[in-house]
Amino acid sequence: MSSAILERQANSQGLPGLKSFRGPFLVLLVFAVVIPQVHSDYLFDAILTPFLAISLAALGLNLLTGYAGQVSLGSAAFMAVGAFAGYNFLLRIPGLPLLAGLAFAGLTAAVIGIVFGLPSLRLRGFYLAVSTLATQFFVQWALTNISWFSNDDTSGVISPPPLHLGGFALDSPVRRYLLCLGVVAVLTFLAMRLVSGQTGRALIAVRDSELGARVLGVKVLRTKLFIFAVSSFYIGVAGALWSFAYLRTIEPDGFDLDRSFQILFVIIIGGLASIRGAFLGAAFIVVLPLLLSRAGAILLGPGFDSGLVDLVQKIFLGALIILFLRLEPAGLSALVGRLRIRRNAT
Amino acid sequence: MSAWSFFFEVLVAGLAAGIMYSLVAIGFVLIYKTSGVLNFAQGAMLLFAALTFVSLHERGMPFLYALAITFLVMVILGIAIEKFVLRPMINQPPITLFMVTLGLSYIIEGSAELIWGTQVHGLDLGIQDEPMQIAGVLVSQFDLFCAAVAAVMVAALTILFRYTRIGLSFRAAAEDQYAALNIGLRLPFIWAAVWATAGIVALVAGLLWGARTGVQFSLSLVVLKSLPVLVLGGFDSIAGAIIGGLIIGATENLAQVYLGPYIGDGIDSWIAYVVALGFLLVRPSGLFGQKLVERV
Amino acid sequence: MVPIAKRLAALARSTALVAGFALAAAIPMVSAQAAQPEQYFPLQSYRVGPYAAGGTGFFGGFIDYMNLINLRDGGVNGVKLTWDECETQYIVERGVECYQRQKTHVPGPSAWNPLSVGIAYAMIDGVTADKVPLITIDHGRTDSTDGAVFPYVFPLLMNPYSESSGIINFIGSRLGGDAKLAGKSIVVLYHGSPYGRETVPIYKLLAAKYGFTVKQIEVPAPGTEQESEWLTIRRTNPNYVVLRGWGVMNPVALKTAQKVGFPADHIIGNVWSNSEEDVIPAGGAAKGYIALTTQATGTTYPVVQDIERLVYGAGKGNLADKARIGSVYHNLGIVNGILNVEAIRIAQAKFGDRTLTGDEVRWGFEHLQLDPARVKALGAEGLFHSINVTCSNHEGDGYVTFQQWDGAKWVRISDWIAPDWTLLRPIIETSANKYAKEHSITPRDCAKETVAAN
Repeated sequence: MSSAILERQANSQGLPGLKSFRGPFLVLLVFAVVIPQVHSDYLFDAILTPFLAISLAALGLNLLTGYAGQVSLGSAAFMAVGAFAGYNFLLRIPGLPLLAGLAFAGLTAAVIGIVFGLPSLRLRGFYLAVSTLATQFFVQWALTNISWFSNDDTSGVISPPPLHLGGFALDSPVRRYLLCLGVVAVLTFLAMRLVSGQTGRALIAVRDSELGARVLGVKVLRTKLFIFAVSSFYIGVAGALWSFAYLRTIEPDGFDLDRSFQILFVIIIGGLASIRGAFLGAAFIVVLPLLLSRAGAILLGPGFDSGLVDLVQKIFLGALIILFLRLEPAGLSALVGRLRIRRNAT
Repeated sequence: MSAWSFFFEVLVAGLAAGIMYSLVAIGFVLIYKTSGVLNFAQGAMLLFAALTFVSLHERGMPFLYALAITFLVMVILGIAIEKFVLRPMINQPPITLFMVTLGLSYIIEGSAELIWGTQVHGLDLGIQDEPMQIAGVLVSQFDLFCAAVAAVMVAALTILFRYTRIGLSFRAAAEDQYAALNIGLRLPFIWAAVWATAGIVALVAGLLWGARTGVQFSLSLVVLKSLPVLVLGGFDSIAGAIIGGLIIGATENLAQVYLGPYIGDGIDSWIAYVVALGFLLVRPSGLFGQKLVERV
Repeated sequence: MVPIAKRLAALARSTALVAGFALAAAIPMVSAQAAQPEQYFPLQSYRVGPYAAGGTGFFGGFIDYMNLINLRDGGVNGVKLTWDECETQYIVERGVECYQRQKTHVPGPSAWNPLSVGIAYAMIDGVTADKVPLITIDHGRTDSTDGAVFPYVFPLLMNPYSESSGIINFIGSRLGGDAKLAGKSIVVLYHGSPYGRETVPIYKLLAAKYGFTVKQIEVPAPGTEQESEWLTIRRTNPNYVVLRGWGVMNPVALKTAQKVGFPADHIIGNVWSNSEEDVIPAGGAAKGYIALTTQATGTTYPVVQDIERLVYGAGKGNLADKARIGSVYHNLGIVNGILNVEAIRIAQAKFGDRTLTGDEVRWGFEHLQLDPARVKALGAEGLFHSINVTCSNHEGDGYVTFQQWDGAKWVRISDWIAPDWTLLRPIIETSANKYAKEHSITPRDCAKETVAAN
């Protein structure tokens, strides 16, 4: 088991200098300058914005699971905490800037993350994974049952307020997309710095051998709780973006166990312990089903039973996931890495 | 009604619910014990089994024939999963295998609905569920039946594991895969047999749950109820699954009835996890789980 | 080290590939017969997943009715009805994706009918900006009844508050008059979701008004296990239990009720606990169970018979299983079809017999007034009572009725009952005004709207 992780470590990013930020920067440039020229609400509202939010959540989970080796099945709960916290901060503190609201959302999720990270000090493996389900179900229950969180709204489903950034109304899909892009870019940069520094090494040490890490002088308990907090911060912000910029509605049901699994899928498919993997995996998991459903609609014609099409897609997606895990267990990130090496060789 | 007899009713109902959780948990344990895979597709297998049985039965096939055919289908399904999905994945980390079983559950759920349709079915096993009083406490006949079935199943599995050759190989494989290979045990064969057994367990659990909830898509969600049972009882102990189920079922019901009015309703969605978690903090490998330092 | 130019080239190639995919996905869908006047309905249906039974019945009924209008009448005054389906599985973000995808259709959508509270909520901002009506028949946000604040949202026929009031009125009539409610005890067993919780304050209000005691118990979703809830009910021993369920929770409730010995004919189901799919899995335990509905069940109504004869006769029926014609969800879909089509007809009278914009169809919904005589002319007498939508009342004062499961089919056991609308109106307005304030909406003045329209 740990040998597999060690192998994977070879694929994870080393300790890059500033030069290694050039590639990601070019990608960012394309996403920030070129893509917004496309005039399609669908592209932003249905593809890119959810892609960014899921990528950010996956990035957060990858810090926890990929780098520090702590498996969590409660990501959706932290997204929910972020979404509801962001809503309440913006609602209850008049004039609070949006970015501050997002930061508070992340901080709230971080605090909850520390609390629910405490069992990790004692539990390992699937026992830890299943115990994070407690977070999942408790948070969903609390948000549904304590009506203060939804401002005593009778329906319990709330819509976020109109978004403004310094007097600039974020009222179109492109603008909401750019907000996500900005937040995700900054947090991704910070994550890259984090994992390439001393903390990153400490995390990997904890993952590969707690005892060994202790010998090296890493404070294991503190490192674990720290990464639970950071990871939850990222996932919380992702949850706030998901419901503010993408869905425009906040409901506990949207953050169910399936969402947690989805994010776990993203990092496994994208590649554990890889920043790039979170984005590649999110592209696979978010965009692929859309393309499949489009392909299904086009291939089979509009008169075809849409339920059947969906079932076939579901089977296809399941098969694809299995096939993928079998052929490329180290994830898309490793695949891209290999392609790059091959290209460099030629 | 006296407070005490009410307490006992809640307790008995809780224990009965716990047995239903255990039935699902046993399927997990079988596979985890011998191959180290947390098989999330167990719920989908349960749905598939119940749906196949009901659909055959509704199309006019006699009860026993439908049961026999579903039995065969589940055995074949179990063997196929082992051969085509999991065997090529040997030596992957547990978390990858877990994800594979999630993908598998998509395939099984999708196929079940594609083959048999998305209709909701009733399932009548012929056991009336009229309430009956034993010593002033309300007991359900159906619950007693479930308990009997669970007892028979556990007894059968115990005999299988303890007294048959194949069972001994199961245990050998569970204890040390490499050693088992060394002494010439054919692990793929053992795994196929285990998956087939898990398929049969899924059939039994699927029929009992299906009789309770109707046979429909939500049947695949019952796994969520069995996960805390696994945590509490240990992922690799059948006895743990039973005892864990009883504890979880009882505390869940008692908590809902006696704590619910103070904390809030619907706490049974998470109280089981909290109980399991609290317990784990004292014993990190569950009640009967092997003390493994395992990493994911 | 690769030359930077080569790197850039590779980057450009991969970007082009991604953009290509994205564009392919973003191409608007153009209908084949765009030349003919048509009225397009985007259907965010759900035919698989846990709630497939409701989805196939409802969207099947809706499509069957639109097919009937096309086949029998050649469309609405010559304008053909068209539609396409996008599968949501009842998942919110899939519904949002469908919304983004289907709204690019040419011509634009007439109205949205997601039949999902979650998806409807996520669309409120969007439909208001796009000026297309959003129909949430029998469900949705109660406060969207106030059309002054929610001009584009229509919880037609019945909102959750009216439903609660209708149920209590029915229990009153079973007891022999509302006065007899005093001192009685009622338990409300509700689904642990925003949908389930929505009526909690209303039952409290009704209890205070009529003097009964109410105990509300939550069943955590999905509701496959209800032992403790029903034991609590047994101890409370209420006169009636109101079941506010959804999906698998309903048959499990009925089964567990039988287990603890609570009589099924004292359980009253709400509008999402009233279908065949809710009782059949419970088998004998469901016999005698009573549930509310806004539309009657069965095939005895001329419109349903027309569908059976003309649509299914022509092999164009939507239901896979013909036995489901006239079932609860199928008839709800048909009624939903009638309301959508009549809104278009009413709007056509004002704007002309052509393809209408979403905003014009909205006007039609806002003047959707079908009295019992008109309902009879549509072949739906007895199928549903009437509707009377205005600018300030987007629900339209629908009547409700009650049916009992006899073990094989639903049997109507009550007249059409009117909920206590005047009691509910002030709470609806308070809630709507709060929403308006939170979202910086200036409510319309409905008095002026009516004048302008005449």
